[in-house]
Amino acid sequence: MDVKDIIKEENLVYSKTKLLTDNIMHYCPGCTHGVVHKVLAEVIDELGLQEKTIGVAPVGCSVLAYNYIDIDWHEAAHGRAPALATAINRLYPDKYVFTYQGDGDLASIGTAEIIHACNRGENILVIFINNGIYGMTGGQMAPTTLIDMPTSTTPYGRKTEFNGHPLKITDIIAQLPGTCYVTRQSGHAPAAVRKLKKAITKAFENTGKKKGTSFIEVVSTCNSGWKLSPVKANEWMVEHMFPFYPLGDLKDE
Amino acid sequence: MTEEIIIAGFGGQGVLSMGKTLAYSGIMQDQEVAWMPSYGPEMRGGTANVTVILSDSRISSPILQEFDTAIILNQQSLDKFEKMVKPGGTLIYDPNGITRHPQRTDINIYWVEATEEAARMKNAKTFNMIVLGAFLKVKPIVKLENVKKGLEKSLPQRHHHLIPMNQEAIGRGMEIVKKVN
Amino acid sequence: MAELRLMKGNEAIAEAAIRCGCDGYFGYPITPQSEVLETLMARKPWEETGMVVLQAESEIAAINMVYGGAGCGKKVMTSSSSPGISLKQEGITYIAGAELPCLIVNVVRGGPGLGTIQPAQSDYFQAVKGGGHGDYKLIVLAPASVQEMYDYVDLGFELAFKYRNPVMILSDGIIGQMMEKVQIGPYKPRMTDEEIVAKYGSWATTGKTPNRQRNIITSLDLDPNRQEQFNLKLQCKYKEIEEKEVRFEKIACDDAEYLLVAYGSSSRICQKVVDLAREKEIKVGLLRPITLFPYPTKAIQAMLGHLKGILAVEMSTGQMVEDVRLAVEGKVAVEHYGRMGGAIPTPQDVLKALEEKIIKG
Repeated sequence: MDVKDIIKEENLVYSKTKLLTDNIMHYCPGCTHGVVHKVLAEVIDELGLQEKTIGVAPVGCSVLAYNYIDIDWHEAAHGRAPALATAINRLYPDKYVFTYQGDGDLASIGTAEIIHACNRGENILVIFINNGIYGMTGGQMAPTTLIDMPTSTTPYGRKTEFNGHPLKITDIIAQLPGTCYVTRQSGHAPAAVRKLKKAITKAFENTGKKKGTSFIEVVSTCNSGWKLSPVKANEWMVEHMFPFYPLGDLKDE
Repeated sequence: MTEEIIIAGFGGQGVLSMGKTLAYSGIMQDQEVAWMPSYGPEMRGGTANVTVILSDSRISSPILQEFDTAIILNQQSLDKFEKMVKPGGTLIYDPNGITRHPQRTDINIYWVEATEEAARMKNAKTFNMIVLGAFLKVKPIVKLENVKKGLEKSLPQRHHHLIPMNQEAIGRGMEIVKKVN
Repeated sequence: MAELRLMKGNEAIAEAAIRCGCDGYFGYPITPQSEVLETLMARKPWEETGMVVLQAESEIAAINMVYGGAGCGKKVMTSSSSPGISLKQEGITYIAGAELPCLIVNVVRGGPGLGTIQPAQSDYFQAVKGGGHGDYKLIVLAPASVQEMYDYVDLGFELAFKYRNPVMILSDGIIGQMMEKVQIGPYKPRMTDEEIVAKYGSWATTGKTPNRQRNIITSLDLDPNRQEQFNLKLQCKYKEIEEKEVRFEKIACDDAEYLLVAYGSSSRICQKVVDLAREKEIKVGLLRPITLFPYPTKAIQAMLGHLKGILAVEMSTGQMVEDVRLAVEGKVAVEHYGRMGGAIPTPQDVLKALEEKIIKG
């Protein structure tokens, strides 16, 4: 079989997601953002929602998310994405509005905005990347940083008596009657990616049915911040993050 | 014509709404009007006052330190505003609860026993309209037909059945007001 | 047909918003402007015009809702009072940096900090000189009557969309709480989504269609050269605004030897001062800036030939007076008179200050 045969349509087994742009991603090799971006772009494309979807990007590593997925985007101030999404959703009730936020953005500086948007049951989708660290600013402690985990601002590890406890914000979100679907997923293995895609698809469908807020936490790696190789970071996540942040649905109504 | 008025008393006496009725009446006869209340925590049960200005021309300052007329409904307000009436101006007050009466001799002072009259009418809510009637007798700056129109404009539809009672109270106020000095 | 109503300044803001075709109001209660949100909630404009009204969880959320709404091409606004406006500065600088139109109303109260709920004009620097971080300007309108509170909502939105720039109405507790006669205008229809796409589709996030590039609302550009170019572009816009949008009113200025400069409620007090002074045969005029940015610098300069002195009157320790001095360039004596912390000067106080600081000085 020569090249001409190989590139025939019927031999195509994989192609770049149409909605991903040609911009070179700035994410570190091994970072979970790349996986989530791709899955998100696939879902929007497969549901035919490019013209109806508006994304709200956070401050953090994914501040430049708008460079990678070919839809209309807002870049919010740190933590405020749910407030922007609230207004866009109220002013365009038939659009599909999502926020894409990290743990510092959503669970620290933006705690008020996410709690109240979810409590109002804004008809939006929230994608919450939890890697337990501030990636963009260089590996500082996040509200989700695990106990004893070293970061640049907890160089001897996070201590509860000094830094408080890791915040399971998703568990809090699940208590709010405004949310219809709250789930914790990951993207470290093919099966996990398939599940993640199902979850994101369901969340978009919920928005179409105007069911309220869908909230997807993606337990993620930050191999640069964790100072581990991508493979080791995945292993560390399975070993340490998953026991504290167990995967699965917290709520599906 | 410009008439600068201070209405002052306790919160709950209808000071602000009396001012509003007066201001609306002014609008009904094509005048410029301003209604400037004191606001904030002192309104909750304490003293309340409102500056009302009616004028044939553009109104300048809603903040004044002297007034053509002071309508005074409690002792604190009398103590505060008596000295702020322009020489030759007018002070109308309800003597109910007043222990230190106005002293000035260079202004015109009137009594309206509105608290007593409202009790006679068996309706405390007519109190402020009795006072308004007293003012309009002394200073007929708005026509009564425009007061009626003003009430129609300022009161919500569901309270329009109260307008005749308010008009009656205004009439009573006009009858009972008397010059003191 | 025009309708006359007796309204508070705050109520006029709400009524004007509904009637000028505003798409969304996002606010948080604070004295002395809570009647804006209360009036809107009582009026239920969502049933009448489709306008969205939402009580946010904080001033920060409210301004970021405005940021979101403005980015998708809608006519959106918020209102607050001084401490709340401080909280909104983050959102305001993002909106300015993303070049979005919106309207922000500040019904100023005395500060600093929690200060007082009584009126003041001590947020002039914050409104006119920046407020948030970065080199940006708001267009600032200063109403002096309840009618102007009403009128400047529509004017504010017009300027905001013309320049894709946030506009602030800088009012205070006097104008907000005072009732005056207001001529209510007819309803302007809200723009349909299709009209928004046609008019603002080149930049607004209305959903990416195959016929255009994706629209991105952001204030971020990590490349210093491009960010510098963007800053220069903003400055060009502000210069154009300075050339075209200066608004002011002159009262009794033709033969004036002494000039009062005052905006908003202070200008109302000063109108009375002009009358009191003229009764005493002192030739006093009043220049009232209506736009605080752009400032009527040239209007002041044009009068310097026949002026012996200028008194800037504001309810602050002296903020706008700096812009008067910049305009005057030392050619005429400029003094400041003001009360602060919620205290309000009477016309007699101002006249006395004029006589002592300017005429005798």
